[in-house]
Formats: sequence, C-alpha cells, structure tokens
Amino acid sequence: MDSLRNLSRFALDTLRLLLVGNRYYYAWVGFLLALILCGVFAYTGQLSQGLIISNMRDQVSWGFYIGNFTFLVGVAAAAIMLVIPAYIYDWEPIKEITILGEMLAISALVMCLGFVLVDIGRPDRFWHIIPLVGKLNWPASLLAWDVIVLNLYLLLNWFVVTYLLFCAYTERHYVKAIVLPLVLLSIPMAVSIHTVTAYLYNGIAARPFWNSAILAPRFLASAFCSGPAILLILLQVLRKTTKLRITDEAIFKIAELMAYTMGFNLFLTAAEVFKEFYSGTEHLVFIQYLFFGLKGHTTLVPFAWASILTGLAAFLLFLIPRTRKNWITLNLGCLLIYASVYIEKGMGLIIPGLTPDVLGEIYEYRPSVTEAFVAAGIFATGFLVFTLMLKAAVPVMLGEFTARRRLGGGSHPEPSDHNHSAREVTP
Amino acid sequence: MNASHPGPCSGSCPGGEGTPGRREFLAAAVAGMAGALAGCGKLSMEEFLQRNFRELAKDEIQKILLRLEKEYRAKFGKPVRVGIEEPMQGVVFGYALDLSRCIGCRRCVHACVRENNQSRDPQIQWIRVMEMEKELGVDVQHANHYYDPAVVPREGHFYMPVQCHQCRRAPCVKVCPVGATWQEPDGITVVDYNWCIGCRYCMAACPYGARHFNWGEPQLPAAELNTETHYLGNRPRPQGVVEKCTFCIQRTRKGLYPACAEICPTGSRKFGNLMDPKSEIRYVLENKRVFLFKEDLNTKPKFYYFYGV
Amino acid sequence: MPLRTPAIACAPRRGRRLAFLLGALLFLPARAQHGVKEKAEHPAPQAPEIQVPAPPFSEGVFPCSSCHDGKTMKPDPKRRELGMHTEIELKHGPESRWCLDCHDLADRDSLRLASGERIPFTSSYMLCGQCHGDKFRDWRVGIHGKRTGRWNGEKQYLLCVHCHNPHGPRFKPLKPMPPPVPPEKIRPSKGGRP
Repeated sequence: MDSLRNLSRFALDTLRLLLVGNRYYYAWVGFLLALILCGVFAYTGQLSQGLIISNMRDQVSWGFYIGNFTFLVGVAAAAIMLVIPAYIYDWEPIKEITILGEMLAISALVMCLGFVLVDIGRPDRFWHIIPLVGKLNWPASLLAWDVIVLNLYLLLNWFVVTYLLFCAYTERHYVKAIVLPLVLLSIPMAVSIHTVTAYLYNGIAARPFWNSAILAPRFLASAFCSGPAILLILLQVLRKTTKLRITDEAIFKIAELMAYTMGFNLFLTAAEVFKEFYSGTEHLVFIQYLFFGLKGHTTLVPFAWASILTGLAAFLLFLIPRTRKNWITLNLGCLLIYASVYIEKGMGLIIPGLTPDVLGEIYEYRPSVTEAFVAAGIFATGFLVFTLMLKAAVPVMLGEFTARRRLGGGSHPEPSDHNHSAREVTP
Repeated sequence: MNASHPGPCSGSCPGGEGTPGRREFLAAAVAGMAGALAGCGKLSMEEFLQRNFRELAKDEIQKILLRLEKEYRAKFGKPVRVGIEEPMQGVVFGYALDLSRCIGCRRCVHACVRENNQSRDPQIQWIRVMEMEKELGVDVQHANHYYDPAVVPREGHFYMPVQCHQCRRAPCVKVCPVGATWQEPDGITVVDYNWCIGCRYCMAACPYGARHFNWGEPQLPAAELNTETHYLGNRPRPQGVVEKCTFCIQRTRKGLYPACAEICPTGSRKFGNLMDPKSEIRYVLENKRVFLFKEDLNTKPKFYYFYGV
Repeated sequence: MPLRTPAIACAPRRGRRLAFLLGALLFLPARAQHGVKEKAEHPAPQAPEIQVPAPPFSEGVFPCSSCHDGKTMKPDPKRRELGMHTEIELKHGPESRWCLDCHDLADRDSLRLASGERIPFTSSYMLCGQCHGDKFRDWRVGIHGKRTGRWNGEKQYLLCVHCHNPHGPRFKPLKPMPPPVPPEKIRPSKGGRP
C-alpha cells in the first residue's frame, strides 16, 4: 500500500518536475514539439493520400523509414556496450552511467517503433500484429520475432530505469535480486534485437546484398560504434550542465572500447567487399551500385564513400591515444563515426539491397519531402522522450529529488553528495 | 479454427455465445485509437474488427461478402459479385510459358489488368515483360522493361514475361508477419486484402517482383470494372495493401483458363492441373526442356519456362 | 529446268487480297472463339476429330470452284507463272514448291495430301502435319499454338493457318501494347483522394 502511494506520488512529482525548467529547457522542448507537429502534419497527409507521397515504389519498396529504423535498433542495442563492463567486471565509473545508456535505448526504441508504424500501409490494422489478439506469424516471420524482441527489450529497459529511479526517489536501496537478473537478461536481449533485425534482411535470398552470413556481426559491430558515440557526447554535455559526476576515465574507457569495435567493423566491411569484388558474380551489381554507380545511376556513390572515409578517419582518431584523449578530436571522431554508421546502416543498407530490383530495374530512390518531415517528427519524439527522462532522472540520480526533499521545496537543494548515484543510494 | 470471433458490434451481440473472448475485448480497446489513426471516415467498425479470412466461420464470410458487394455497388454504381469459389479436389495448378514463341506484345499484361481490376492510376500491373538480347541469355541486369518499338519481336531479342511463380516454398508466405498471405490447397498464393497491414516485407522477399503495393487509392473506372470477382482475387482493393497474380482464381476455379493464357496470340502460355497426367502442363513438363527462373533460390515455382521449338 | 514461281495460285475476285488475309490472320485469335465450328469431313484414321473454327479465307474467295469450275477455266497442271493471284508471294519451303502441291487440281475446294488424298480446308492441319510432324504432334495436345476453352474440359483449337499464312508462314510481327509507367512517373494524383 505504502509503496503504491509512493509510486503515484513519484509519478506526480516527476510530472511536476518535467513542467518546470529554465528557458533553455523550454526552448529545446518547444523546438522538439514544433518538429513533432511538422511530422504529425506530414503524416496526416500520408495517411489520407497513402504512401504514394513517399518516393518508395514497387521497385524500391522500403526506404528512409526502414533505414532509420535499422540504424536506431543499433543505437538501442548499444546500451549493452555500457552494461556489460559495468555488471560483469563491476567497473565503477561506467556503472554510474549505465542508466543513461538504458534511457538512450528506450528513446531509440520509441523511434524504431515510430518508424515501423509510419512505414506500414495500414496503421489502422496494427492490432493484427499484437500477439494473441491478432495473428502473429511466429516463428516463421522474422518480422514477428522483431516485434516481440523489440517490445520486450523496451519493456525491460523501461522497467529497470523506472525501478532504479523510484528506489532512489524513495531513498531505498534497490533489490539486487530483481535488478541484476534483469540487467543480465538485457545483455542477450540487446544482442538479440540487433541480430533479429539483421536476420530480417539476412534471411531474404531474393536480395543477395543482404543475404550474407556476416550481416548480423556487421550490425552488432557498427552498433557498438554508433551507440557509444552518442553517449560520449551526451556524457560531456551532462557533466557540464548538471552536477552529475562523470569521470574522464569513464569516457576514455568507452572511447578505447570503441576503437576496437570500429576496427572490427571496418574489417568486416572489408571482408564483404573482398568477397563481392574478387568472386565477381552476378551479385556484384548491388555493391557496384553503392560504391561506383550503375549505368549512370550514381545517387548513393558520394554517400557510400563518405561512410567509408568517415569511418576510417574516426577509427584512426580513436586508435591513437593522443587524439582519443583530446576533447576536440574525440568529439570529432564521435561525429564522424556516427555519420559513417548512419549512412551505412540506413540508406547504405536498404537502398542497394533493393537496387537493382529483382528484375534488374534501377529506380533511383531519394526520400520525399514528406518522408523527411515525418522522419524529423519521429527523431524529435525520440529526443523529447530522452530529454524528459533525463530531466527527471538527473536530479533523482543526484539525490536532489527524493520523496523527502521535494517536501522541503526544490528551490533550495542542499549540496549533493557526489558519490550518490542511482545505484548507490542509501537511506 | 477458433470459435470465438468478434461480433458485428453494431450493438447486436445477443447471440449468447458465452463470455466475450479476449480478442473482442482487446480489439475493441484499441479500436478507438486506431480509428483516429486511420483518419476514420471510411472505416467501419465491422471492417476494422474483421478477422483473418482463414479464421472466419461460413456465416461470417457471407456477411462480409454482402458488405463488400454493397460497398462496391455504392462505389462503382453497378452490381459486383464477390465469390469465394473453393479449390477443387485433386487440382494443383501449374503454368508453363514458351520462351521460344513469346514475342513480347504485352497483350497478356493488359488483359490481366482488365480481368483483375488492377489500379489504372497509380498503375499496377501483375505481369512484367522483359526484353533481353539473345546473345546474353536470361540475365535480368540487361533486361529492358520499357521497350516500345513499332513492332515486336525485335531482331536479336527474346521476351520473358514474369508474374507470380506460385512457389511451393513461397518466401512471401514465410515472411508475412500477420499471416495475411498463404498458399491454397490448389497451389495459388493469395492475399487477404482485409488483413494485410502493408508492411511490404513480402515484396522484399519475392524474387520475381510479383508483389505490388497500392501506394495510393487505386483508381478503376466503373466502365472497365470486371464485376465477376473473387474475395481472394480480383475484387477491388483498398489503399495500402499488397496484391499479386492469383492465376485468375475467379476464372480457373471455374474451369476457365487464366486471362493471360486466353489472350496470348502466340499460344505461348500453357496452363493446367499438375495432378492430371493428361493435362497440357504435364505434357510440357514431360516432353519439353523446362527451366525454372532463379532455380538456385529453391522456391520451387509452379510457373515454368520452356522452349517449345 | 525448274520454273521460277514467284507469284501463283487461286482466282482473285478483288484487289487488296493479301492485306485482307493478313488482317484476318492478325485478329483471328480474338475472333476465333465466335467463329463457326465445322467438323472435319474426312478425318484421317490416325487423327481424331478435332473441332476447329472456320478457316480464315479472304472475304469472297471461297468456294474456289465458283471460278475454278473445270469448265470456263480448264485445269492446267503445268508449272508456270500465273496471270492471276499475283499478290500472293509464296515464301514457304523450297523453291520447287508450287500451288498444286497443296491445292487439288481437280477439286479446287479441297486440299491434297502428298498421298493424293483429298482433304477439306477445315482439315488443313493434316496437310501441314505432313512436313511439320513435331509441330502437329504438339498442336494436337495443345502445346503448339493457342487453345481456348476450359483447362479441365472442352477446348477450342485454331487451325495452323489462323496464325500462319500458308503462303508465307512466318508469324507476323505485332505492335506491342504500351510499356508500363516507370516508377519515377508514378505520382500522387492532384487533389488526393477522389
């Protein structure tokens, strides 16, 4: 009973917390809301006219939406990058910020589900895909698997984050018997969401570009580059703007791990490129279209090379200790690797998979204005979710926002103990 | 078959079928939200709650057919029959196309569009004819889909029409997340246009480009409407769902040839029952050199190409 | 010395004969189903009775005996250049081929097999089958050429000559129907939904 009352108070207090902020907060949230509004407006048009106002056609039947979806699944999976060392090796500095990774995963998953929803032709029939209510073609369809694992992963992360914050709010120590198994479960779950998403393409024999056994490993390798890249920048922003204590050591450690995954990612890409070009079968056309263009169609070529070059540059910046420990080059590297993976796992994966189409036709797909606006709206939604979670989580993690303290009024927070974190609050 | 099913929900659920199943409850719960999502208007609650065709009882199907016929009559201003002719016993359909005779005149493409009520705008065509050079053989990378000379065949070229291959191991059926497409006992792969969610995974999975999406509201002049239709075949389709060749299910289940076979001026198209040793299709398989398109994908098509000469 | 036979055959009533015949050939597949079915009058023992639509004669040309009545025009078996039927250009088989290889000298309303046996025009497939045995075999089982009707029941055949002009049997090129709209040109219609 008591905890139930606490829970509703927690929810209410959090809501109140979200409504109050400085003008930068309002401006940022306002900006996101404006973008979301644009997205909603564009999506309304799409709903009434149909997906014909996208530039997808029978020849290229998936595009920008599914590309972003794929990329964001990778971002969501990357939370594991922080969870593994934190819980398996009990490595303190990273442990503090694991909760941020989980919140990032939640936001990414919200965007993933958004991109799937806007991509389907009959969103009014979404209930057909709900297990037990509709008619899920499981286990045959990989998309059915994806629906299940993505939602479970979302639920898992949401629960862990909420539970940890609630414990901090009530100033009780979390029950390790609940949290640890769930966090450990989230490790294979993170691997599985990205693996299943890779298999979704991988299993399609009709599209040789996707039908490669190293597709899933490549997905994981690239996710372990892009996810932490976002996090690294975020951590720096957070420790500047809040009192959250994040050590240099933690950041450099993540950067070092990234260097390895980036190297591995490049190696896997090279393996794929070698196989295609050296054997030179009829399946070569797809990678040719990506890197060199085909019959004068060269839309993807600059993007493909940009992805390779930025990936290579970022790898070097992260590999060399001096540039890895320099804030400017470190952040530059983060941006470069983010761009590289965004191209590679978005348009660079979906479009050449479908071009030329199964009957050899080349249709040069470029996203339409509607697609761009809808995508912007979904990204804004994801950012908004993350912003709001952060807004609530940071004070809780710092011990500034608890059931007791909010009574004393939030305007005079006591100097917080820097050793406090979500996982180590003691009453 | 599942016995529980959502009632018409127009306030009339007195049937005393026991407690409402969780399907009804959950489906009704999401109904409001989805109604808003779909832009409401045209979507009736009955249509929204309609279940997968294969889970429907006979009387439910009859109700749906009546509803569809009413809807089509209102839309096109003339009576449309929506049938559900069942597969015949001991029949598995097969198709063979004579590559040495096809001249690429596209009569089949357009006969198919008329017979099967395909959208004229945005254009949907279930058959695609490729023009290829004789010297290069069957290689789609050099195929010309948009050839338009004064007369065909053009010197040095051959023509290869492609449509649904009605695979025995159909990738489209395998990947569909909601079971909206399946293979019937007579070997025809069909789509329930009222269950498809439009995710287009099947289009990515089909090696033959046989699946087509209604990107916009399909436009079909009432004057050109074929009013003799089948629920799983050529009835007018809604926006946002996938459609495909059904071997003219509305014709072939009545013993007629598919429209493409009937129109072909060169007699390149052969159709029949694979289970009947005396059928045309079996004669082709036994006496002609046959090849399967993209055989390496192991889709086991029931659509064969052969060289009749 | 073999005679050159560039132009030969029956009795012309009108001009533009060949064009007409060709036109008939082109459109016959579509019209054939409505054509009159005639029974082969002299079925060969090995060939079962096959129902076919009427042969695609040029309008007004049949019966041939209305000119070739054996009285006003005496049958002349001598191989020569004809003054009549000049629009027919024989492009079928070796150069030595000529009219009376297939048309019966005494009964112009019939065709003749190599054996000398007379057959009606409705059984012309037997004449074609003498040389094109493999095609004939395929045609009979419905593989060569077009057959309409029911896949599990009665079928309608076309005669060889419905698709192949016997004097120039090569299948005539057709104007193709319009190509598909390329994906780039499939655009939302103005104003959205009707």
